[in-house]
Amino acid sequence: MTEAAVGFYRRMKDLPSTHLLGTGTAMCAGCGGLEALHEIYDIIGDKSIFVNAAGCMTLLSVYPFTPFRGSWLYTAMASAPAGAQGVRDALDILKAKKQITDDEDMQVVVLTGDGSAYGMGLSATSGAMERDLDFLYICYDNEGYGNTGQQYSGATPHAAKTSTSKGARGFAGFKKDLFSIWAAHQPAYVATVIGAEPLDLAKKIEKARSLKGPRMIIALSPCPTGWDYDPKETVNIGKLAVKTGVWPLKEYINGKVVHTKIPRQRQPLEDYLKCQGRYKHLFEPQRNEVMLNQLQQKIDQYWDNING
Amino acid sequence: MTRMLLTGNAAAAWAARLAVADYIPAFPITPQTEIIESLANWIDNGEMDARLVTLESEHSMITAAGAAAATGIRVYSATSSQGLLYAMEMLYTVAGWRAPFVLTNVSRGLSSPITLESDHNDIVAARDCGFLQIHCSSCQEVLDNTLMAFRLAEDARIRLPVIVNLDGFYLSFTREPVELPDADKCRQFVGQYDAQNMLFRASRPTSQAVAVLGGSPYSYFRYETHLAAQNGLSVYEDVATDFEQHFGRHYDVLEAYKTEDAEIVFVIMGSYSSKAKDAVNSLRDAGQKAGLLRPRLLRPFPAKHFQQALKDVKAVAVIDQNISTGMGGVLHTELSAALYGQTQAPQLIASYMGGLGGRDISSEEFFEMAKEVSNAVKKNQPLAPRLLYTETELRELRKLQAVAHVERQQLHNSRQQTKKGGAIK
Ligand SMILES: Cc1ncc(C[n+]2csc(CCOP(=O)(O)OP(=O)(O)O)c2C)c(N)n1
Ligand code: SF4
Repeated sequence: MTEAAVGFYRRMKDLPSTHLLGTGTAMCAGCGGLEALHEIYDIIGDKSIFVNAAGCMTLLSVYPFTPFRGSWLYTAMASAPAGAQGVRDALDILKAKKQITDDEDMQVVVLTGDGSAYGMGLSATSGAMERDLDFLYICYDNEGYGNTGQQYSGATPHAAKTSTSKGARGFAGFKKDLFSIWAAHQPAYVATVIGAEPLDLAKKIEKARSLKGPRMIIALSPCPTGWDYDPKETVNIGKLAVKTGVWPLKEYINGKVVHTKIPRQRQPLEDYLKCQGRYKHLFEPQRNEVMLNQLQQKIDQYWDNING
Repeated sequence: MTRMLLTGNAAAAWAARLAVADYIPAFPITPQTEIIESLANWIDNGEMDARLVTLESEHSMITAAGAAAATGIRVYSATSSQGLLYAMEMLYTVAGWRAPFVLTNVSRGLSSPITLESDHNDIVAARDCGFLQIHCSSCQEVLDNTLMAFRLAEDARIRLPVIVNLDGFYLSFTREPVELPDADKCRQFVGQYDAQNMLFRASRPTSQAVAVLGGSPYSYFRYETHLAAQNGLSVYEDVATDFEQHFGRHYDVLEAYKTEDAEIVFVIMGSYSSKAKDAVNSLRDAGQKAGLLRPRLLRPFPAKHFQQALKDVKAVAVIDQNISTGMGGVLHTELSAALYGQTQAPQLIASYMGGLGGRDISSEEFFEMAKEVSNAVKKNQPLAPRLLYTETELRELRKLQAVAHVERQQLHNSRQQTKKGGAIK
């Protein structure tokens, strides 16, 4: 890792002002996943190949157009990391046999949703980390199977309504701790990011870019369509996710977890929940005080552990 | 050229080595595992300059194979049975990418019930996926056809992955004398890998396998793949001619054995054709004009070759080592479709299912089939599909079931007694 590279993005004004990723894609207006991807792509650059799993982002490249300046390979829902393995190995073999020069090499980037990352693709991801694959994994986490109409996934938070948890209590399960699952593999890097905190995101992607081995990024991705809110609120909701402590910004490197942005004065969780239709049943027709307390307590507990 | 005793698995591994495969994504499964073990050992000992990576599943293995081929290197992989089915989604996917590579499938019956022994239900399940399929009946053929498969896959007229199929146990673990072709000659025959327009490079950004919207582009690409697959017959013939020039052995799309004057022709795939050939000889000794046809290529299906070869043949007995549940033998269905409406088509195309889960097909059974088919032709009667299964077998199975049942009953009774406080005597 070169310190210069890592230290490049110090202030907001250091961030690129024009985007590399083309516009006019099929993503919904206000898509938080696309917001994060724009920011990430600016830093990764076009010397990259995106290996994609089935999900919303599959519709970025629709024949015969693509918003990517670099390369793209769509695989299937379960095996994008294995696709990355094939590409990475092939590029390494070509380099070793001197059939291509180093400047033909690319960053191999896996791009999947949470459904794939937390569930169907987890075995392939675990395998890739176990083999110390040199790749970047970007999971845009919209907390459900978005492309198929936001059914609950392993990333859906407790009590959220999805199209398969429409009952009065919402989703009965709890969001899986993918960050820890990934970190347990001791890869080169794991980080959480969010598009609404572009400086924190840029620093992390820059750091990830400069490392070798598995570099794993989870981007919480506010999703107006699945979370049921006005598309213009995406940035606000993203900021609230951080300020209320719902989405801890952190990184794992060299065996240690460091929180990169600790909300000292945490806003009440309610502020985050209230503005999303998927939590409306917690407030109407009457407030579900018990559930709201439970949810707040979980967040408080998390931060109590962090802050000691 | 050296002559060695090789198993079918070793022959497949040798072919991958002689074809100078760059990359081998792998996953163990019986009866295929010996292939990847051999390759891994050669790589570890520096006898082969390639990279072998064990993925965590066949689904991932085929994904990695396709992705590496799409990046522009020569790829080889091997699987069997449950593994082939586990990879099914990706078989269709990478064929759609038009990623050329070679996959060995060592045929083994499918679960349930779980078995290790051979039949063709695994490989026929993959018939529609876009991979071409070559079926082998000897260890030499495995080696030679695997080399040829690389040429076939990489040919500009095809650009599709190819499966080379060999039967578990009967070929995978059977040692036969095999001529090991000269390494330089093989290199010359297979040639340098030519990625053509399929590669990923920083200077040449490419999007592969992108989504389509609507049926029009979808139909376009699917049909293109179909047309490319159909080129497989003539390209195989070209490759076979070149192979013969290099190595002196010749392979036909459709192997014909004593069919010229045959009145009854057996049609069968894979290693059981050796049994069938034996039976043909015995039948001829007994005065019956029998013959044999064995398709080497199942995909593309050699319909024209069959039509030609079966002109003026009265009766055909198709022996399928598979069952399409609820329909019957797959080869029978396909052959019937290919012959339907042909003016000189056989009067009878009989369907037999046999050799399931590695069950033998005996010489007597070949005689029985020949007799049954001849009688039906004489009487101009149809013949219902039959499973090759003897009364003795059925009796033995029922006996086993009865024994197990009695034992269970005894165990149950003694438990009841213990519960009641009675001692077991
Ligand atoms: C094997 C398989 N099963 C199911 C699907 C259907 N499918 C397509 S996209 C998708 C949702 C993926 O969810 P996620 O990974 O969270 O991405 P998102 O759709 O939210 O972008 C599903 C279930 C599929 N493509 N492949
Ligand atoms: S459903 Fe959500 S994640 Fe998918 S494109 Fe729309 S806003 Fe983005």
